Amino acid sequence: MYEFLKTLDRRWVFLLMFLAVATPILLKVTFPEKPSAMVMDVFNAIENLPEGSKVLMAWDFDPASRGELEPMASAFTRHCAEKKLKMYYMALWPLAVPMIQDSIRILEREYPHLEYGKDYMNLGYKPGNEGVIKVVITNIRKLYTTDHYGTGVETIPMMNGVTSVQAMDLIVNVSAGDPGTKQWVQYVATPFKKRMVAGATGVQAPQLYPYIPEQLIGLLGAIKAAAEYEQAVINGYPHLAKIATAKEGLRRMGPQLVGHVLIVLLIILANVIYFIGRRRGDSR
Amino acid sequence: MRTARLRSLAIAAACWLGAIDVLAQDSTQPPEPPAPPSELQVRDRPSDNGQALLISWAASADDAPDGSPRVLEYWIFRRELGQAEWGEKILDSPAGTTAKTDDQKIKVGTQYEYRIVAVGVNEGVSEPAELLGGVGSVRQWFNVQKAWFGILLVVICGAVVYFIEAARGGKDLKVRKIAGLEAVDEAVGRATELGRSVLFINGIQDINDIQTIAGLTVLGNVARRTAEYDATLEVPTSRSLVMTTARETVQAAYLSAGRPDAYNENNIYYLTDEQFGFVASVTGRMVREKYAACFYMGAFYAESLILAETGNSIGAIQVAGTAMPSQLPFFVAACDYTLIGEEFFAASAYLSGEPHQMGSLKGQDFGKVVGAVLLLLGCGAATLASMAGSSDGALASLAAYIRDYILGSKGLFP
Amino acid sequence: MKRTAPLLIAATVGFIIIVSTFIPYTESWGEDSMIWFDILAAVAFVLGGGNLLKMNLKKVSERRPGWAYSAIIIAAFLITLTVGLLKVGTHPNEVFWNKPWSGDYIGEGSALWWIYEYLIYPLTSTMFAMLAFYIASAAFRAFRAKNMEASLLLGTAFIVLLGRTYAAIILTGWLPELAHDAEPSFFGQLWNGLRLEKLTETIMGVFNLAGSRAINIGIALGIASTSLKVLLGIDRSYLGTGED
Repeated sequence: MYEFLKTLDRRWVFLLMFLAVATPILLKVTFPEKPSAMVMDVFNAIENLPEGSKVLMAWDFDPASRGELEPMASAFTRHCAEKKLKMYYMALWPLAVPMIQDSIRILEREYPHLEYGKDYMNLGYKPGNEGVIKVVITNIRKLYTTDHYGTGVETIPMMNGVTSVQAMDLIVNVSAGDPGTKQWVQYVATPFKKRMVAGATGVQAPQLYPYIPEQLIGLLGAIKAAAEYEQAVINGYPHLAKIATAKEGLRRMGPQLVGHVLIVLLIILANVIYFIGRRRGDSR
Repeated sequence: MRTARLRSLAIAAACWLGAIDVLAQDSTQPPEPPAPPSELQVRDRPSDNGQALLISWAASADDAPDGSPRVLEYWIFRRELGQAEWGEKILDSPAGTTAKTDDQKIKVGTQYEYRIVAVGVNEGVSEPAELLGGVGSVRQWFNVQKAWFGILLVVICGAVVYFIEAARGGKDLKVRKIAGLEAVDEAVGRATELGRSVLFINGIQDINDIQTIAGLTVLGNVARRTAEYDATLEVPTSRSLVMTTARETVQAAYLSAGRPDAYNENNIYYLTDEQFGFVASVTGRMVREKYAACFYMGAFYAESLILAETGNSIGAIQVAGTAMPSQLPFFVAACDYTLIGEEFFAASAYLSGEPHQMGSLKGQDFGKVVGAVLLLLGCGAATLASMAGSSDGALASLAAYIRDYILGSKGLFP
Repeated sequence: MKRTAPLLIAATVGFIIIVSTFIPYTESWGEDSMIWFDILAAVAFVLGGGNLLKMNLKKVSERRPGWAYSAIIIAAFLITLTVGLLKVGTHPNEVFWNKPWSGDYIGEGSALWWIYEYLIYPLTSTMFAMLAFYIASAAFRAFRAKNMEASLLLGTAFIVLLGRTYAAIILTGWLPELAHDAEPSFFGQLWNGLRLEKLTETIMGVFNLAGSRAINIGIALGIASTSLKVLLGIDRSYLGTGED
């Protein structure tokens, strides 16, 4: 047994991880979540905005991180729609455009009274990474002469008076890397004192904590925070509890729990093998 | 029982009276316009190219944050000095916010007059508040808000240049051993012994990322070693510009090693800009080619662990270097050697061994001293001020000055 | 000349961007130089695409090992390029019903949407999801309590791993939580702080943050120094050698 475990083929580990993730998904195991103080900071930043405030929804993620970030992007969209805020979607990643379309589909399906061009709009993707941010913060029309669908921004009612991103009352960024939250903080939130909240992957989040609370009001890190934020939005707007897709983050916490516990057990097992080997005088 | 009935009757009566009141309001006359905003002020936005004017006002008395405000938004109008008509509104701002906005559609040197009105339900418009007499923007030639940033930039860059010059003048500078860079020879040597190739990945960012440039400097050195040892070097790239630059780097390295004939440009090739498409292709090749050594030098994201674990599974000796703090733990766990952050940027100077390049490392150390002094001063002053319980004493002022002026953007002097 | 020209361009553009940070009048120069880079990078796509085709066509024609993969790459590349360039839209178009494939070319049902929805999305998600497996195997192999530092790291990892899930509530949910409005006593704070989710917040917000900041300061100085060396032409190794 010791020899088998000592030279354990990594495919056994892969199999265990597969089972750890698949089982709670198939059994639909969910756990209750309680929003943390940080999540409530994010929630309140949106909740305290008056109706009609302008919010830039900067979605900078792609299908690869959709599993982790889409629940928070959807929750941000629902929260802003409930608050009747004006939503301006834009992307610095080419593959983020379908992510915006997913959010817009939520608005079309669940908030049919909201009107494109008056309550929300899709500025779409522009190449240039952080260069785009540096331009739109001083002059949005230098890069965005039309929206994503080719309509001139001059003809879109909610673009009236919006000459730059400085006109926004809040920036909401969901990002999986660069360009993303770091760049929005560096080139917009910090120099122009714009209020900003963000959502990031678990790997990215630790790099963004230094920006809180001065440059970032709050941050949703990984699926755990997404689930807590969903819970906070549901607590504030209980009718959302009936919508299954409004609880995607909560649903994904089951596999996360079992996966994390498996990793802990694997590390303990590896250390047991290591100490047995050391006592036996094995070279490795 | 009787009390409950009386209460129900009272509630019903109140509702009835309320309904009559609402009906009376709806049917008789249009809603009264809200109270006007006041104290309209317009001033030049500081430290800019004269592109904007800052507009602020005192909210209308009806803009009450009690959940049923009578003001929905404010409309701002502008006209050039001397014009009679106000024209269309130029800006709108939702009620209940900070009561200020920027007008960015102005011309430098032109004087403007402004008017603001509060707009209520059914577009009931208040009396205007006006700013007459003309106000214009001024073009500033230096962004005072960034004065301290400029000073720190000059001091740190000055120190780097000074130490480079000092090193050129013969000053002896020592740098500690960096195991990851010492391992370059070992890794290339092993590849030669095994008769397998060396893989070099220059990150997944474009050439405008300084990490890509730092990676290319390491590539130059790795290429010189592979040329000397006659090992094969493969460089898949995820950006076209990186491919062309890497070709130049490797070709020049082979030339300087005296082996221009061994250079094969087909070994430096472009795959795709798409992050995981690139990873899929590279890891596929790793499994098939079984490289003896893998170098990961540049900006990496989620792909770091996939690459390093695949490299580990084929038994390659692996050296990574990146300034992406979030990916460092993955490289440390899966690679033999990892250059952490600044070590990665020191690689060029370290590998070149040129004294003037070493001078730049000394300049970096000076920057750290400046950072540490500021940290100690700021944290010390803030802590002592907090312990003394004073929020406006000398220590608190020092902490605030460091935070808001030196590290912030409030300018040079309070 | 071959090396002097790039050095001059790098130095000029670099200094323009630095100057544009401090002199408002030159702000737009910095923006323009960044737009030039975007134009260059866009043109370079042609270079990259050409190289991709050349390398893979060669591999297919020479029937080298793995040539079938190259054939798939060529087919995928050409199909996506054609669909994108021709802007193949949905069919039928409700407005121009007599023009085939002329509907929205990125909307639901279009060829690009199909490629995205049924190829790019599942493929990239699969690659990202593989991280779960690799993290497990890397943790199994690398985490050993070999010494004091490694043991501390291990303990911290356990706390954060469990603190980020409902396991935190199961394991330490019984510890009393601090009431929002209550004046916190010493023991109240202690018990509350020992809850796994609170410990995780402390580890991430204090220890991890301090370490991150130290690494970031070093990186920032490294970036400043490297950039300066590149701008001044002191470090030319990225151009191959130090010689002109």
